[in-house]
Amino acid sequence: MELTRRDAAAALAAIGATGGVALGVRRAGDGDAARRGDDRPADEGGSGTGGLPDDEAVHETMRAVAAVVYPGAVSGVDAFVDGFLDGRLDGSSHDEGIRAAVADVEAASRSWYDAPIADLSVADRESLLRELGTATADENPDGTTAERVRYYVVNELLLALYASPTGGELVGIENPQGYAGGAESYTRGPP
Amino acid sequence: MSGAESVGDDPAVADIDRTPVSDADVCVVGAGPAGALVADRLAADHEVVVLDAGPRFDPADRLARQERAIRPFYDRPDVWGVGGERDAHENAGERAYPLNHARVKGIGGSTLHWQGMVMRLHEDDFNSGTARGVGPDWPIDYADLRPYYAEAERELGVAGASDNPYAPPREEPHPMPPFEPSHSDSLFAEACEELEIDMHSVPNARNSEPYDGRSPCVGYGTCQPVCPSGAKYDATVHVERAEERGATVIDRASVGRLDHDDEDRVTAAVYATPDGEEHRQTADAFVVAAGGVETPRLLLLSDSDRYPDGLANGSGHVGEFFMDHLFAGAGGTLDEPTRQNHVGFYTSACDQFYDEADATQAPFKLEFFNYAGPSPVEMALSGDDWGDPLLERLRDGYGNHVAMGGLVEQLPDAESRVTLADDRTDDHGNPVPRIEWTVGDRALDTIERANEIQVEILEELGADVEWVAGPDATGPAYHHMGATRMSADPDRGVVDADCRTHDLSNCWIASSSVFPTSGAMNPTLTIAALALRVADDVDARLADA
Repeated sequence: MELTRRDAAAALAAIGATGGVALGVRRAGDGDAARRGDDRPADEGGSGTGGLPDDEAVHETMRAVAAVVYPGAVSGVDAFVDGFLDGRLDGSSHDEGIRAAVADVEAASRSWYDAPIADLSVADRESLLRELGTATADENPDGTTAERVRYYVVNELLLALYASPTGGELVGIENPQGYAGGAESYTRGPP
Repeated sequence: MSGAESVGDDPAVADIDRTPVSDADVCVVGAGPAGALVADRLAADHEVVVLDAGPRFDPADRLARQERAIRPFYDRPDVWGVGGERDAHENAGERAYPLNHARVKGIGGSTLHWQGMVMRLHEDDFNSGTARGVGPDWPIDYADLRPYYAEAERELGVAGASDNPYAPPREEPHPMPPFEPSHSDSLFAEACEELEIDMHSVPNARNSEPYDGRSPCVGYGTCQPVCPSGAKYDATVHVERAEERGATVIDRASVGRLDHDDEDRVTAAVYATPDGEEHRQTADAFVVAAGGVETPRLLLLSDSDRYPDGLANGSGHVGEFFMDHLFAGAGGTLDEPTRQNHVGFYTSACDQFYDEADATQAPFKLEFFNYAGPSPVEMALSGDDWGDPLLERLRDGYGNHVAMGGLVEQLPDAESRVTLADDRTDDHGNPVPRIEWTVGDRALDTIERANEIQVEILEELGADVEWVAGPDATGPAYHHMGATRMSADPDRGVVDADCRTHDLSNCWIASSSVFPTSGAMNPTLTIAALALRVADDVDARLADA
């Protein structure tokens, strides 16, 4: 089942960014400094201002994590994640939280596996995430590293997927909670 | 705005003028549905000011609040920023009452998180003592409120049908057509037909088509606690309209007491603002519409030499007879898809047993849920799995649940009450409410009766019944009622038939706190009808003056 940019827009519309606008005007890696009102160039090696990763680095890490936490039944994951993040990295405190959690994931990957997570096998990426404690952690935006990674990285991606129509259809609900899928589907029987 | 933790719940904002309005005719305390409707009704012809203890919420935050509703980190009160020192309270009764799950403070009040079900009380609900042999009669009857019910349905925007043979008489169709029955309703219908149990539609304060400039329902599925589309009515509709008509609405204005003169007239609402200042809002008339708990609390906080037991408490009944509706439910699973959690409201109910009520059996209604079992997206955010194992768990957990709910009346009991805490104060130094909530045997026995019918229907349906919420597992429906009851007799109630306090001639109460008995119907339509009636009375008395 293929995830589409419509799914990304739907996920954004469900959870708090103006997806249509964002998808129309931004692409991964574009406009990072300008959006933050900051005219300094991004640091070499993918770090943006303040030591936090820039858009491109965030996209790369999140795509790598999505390959672990998304089921094999979906395709089009990279474009979906990119489209979702285009709207989600909006200069808010949530944006900052995502970048900080991504930085934590990358720091652990480089320290424990000597490579960015995107260069690891999917099995090693999963091991990394479990060693970080994110599988058993409860999400918490102000918590430990494991809790923040769970909130801003793992659950961010899972929320995007399962609040989208394609993600819902995987489970058997084409209008999942959070998606404005209309007030008719509940009247219909199973397809 | 992006992200649940980005919602602006910070205390505010120094550059808003929160000083009193000069020459106000009417001061309304509380910007929930009752206060908003009163303000809207009076604002065109009178200088109206509304004071609310909570904030004015930014509509742009609603998607982020929806994210809070879905994400496991956030508890229900977090969605609308309820809790903390401002909302502290104590429980002292035999049952804990989760007050901060049951209310929202701020412009719009608890309609911001309500489910939006809007039934009229039945005719016998107004005459419980006479018709059922228990509880007091109201000093008004259904006929008195009937035109106001119709008006309230137009004001809120109600989608409904006239297919309920057990509903009280009505004079005109609902303003909007009903929501269609759900797929699971059609499954229940077969079982109910076998059992000769009637199903019918339910009125929703939710747009089935565009109404009053607001969107039809688009199926976000998070009605309770937040509707991002605005299809579900909330009281910001009437707050905004009141402001357009000239009313002044002041948020984060915590009213700590009402002052009065020697002629038994309220003279001022004394309120505190975030800058630490105290202000006095004077007016000719005062309408207390602060909800079922804060309304009696404000009267108790306003004690004086003349009213040593609390303002308007000559009867001694302020705070007594606190009631809620009791939940009765049952659910399980079928061996076929049931298509749950597409929407967050229900579309069919059964009032067939409601008017069987007598001294031993309470009125109760039955509901056929469209949101039984877990929501997949919420399930996905908890657990130690991801990838294919998570998808497998979601598929196993979602898809074939069914459930029924129901509401049961509890009788008024003086020992079930709201008082002031002895030692605990809020962020302004005022004693917090102390709730002693008790539930009598009539209600508990009726929950068992409701459970019997629910289980019978589920078994006829072929469900494997997995849970029953009976007398031991019941909880409140978050409908606070009764603690400033209405009575024609000043010794037996706090307000008269016009919802004006017996003791103070220019003070009205617009709230479910005036209900002498509760019936078993969701209270907000009755709150709205009473509020419109209060507005007419205030208007008439101001004209006479």
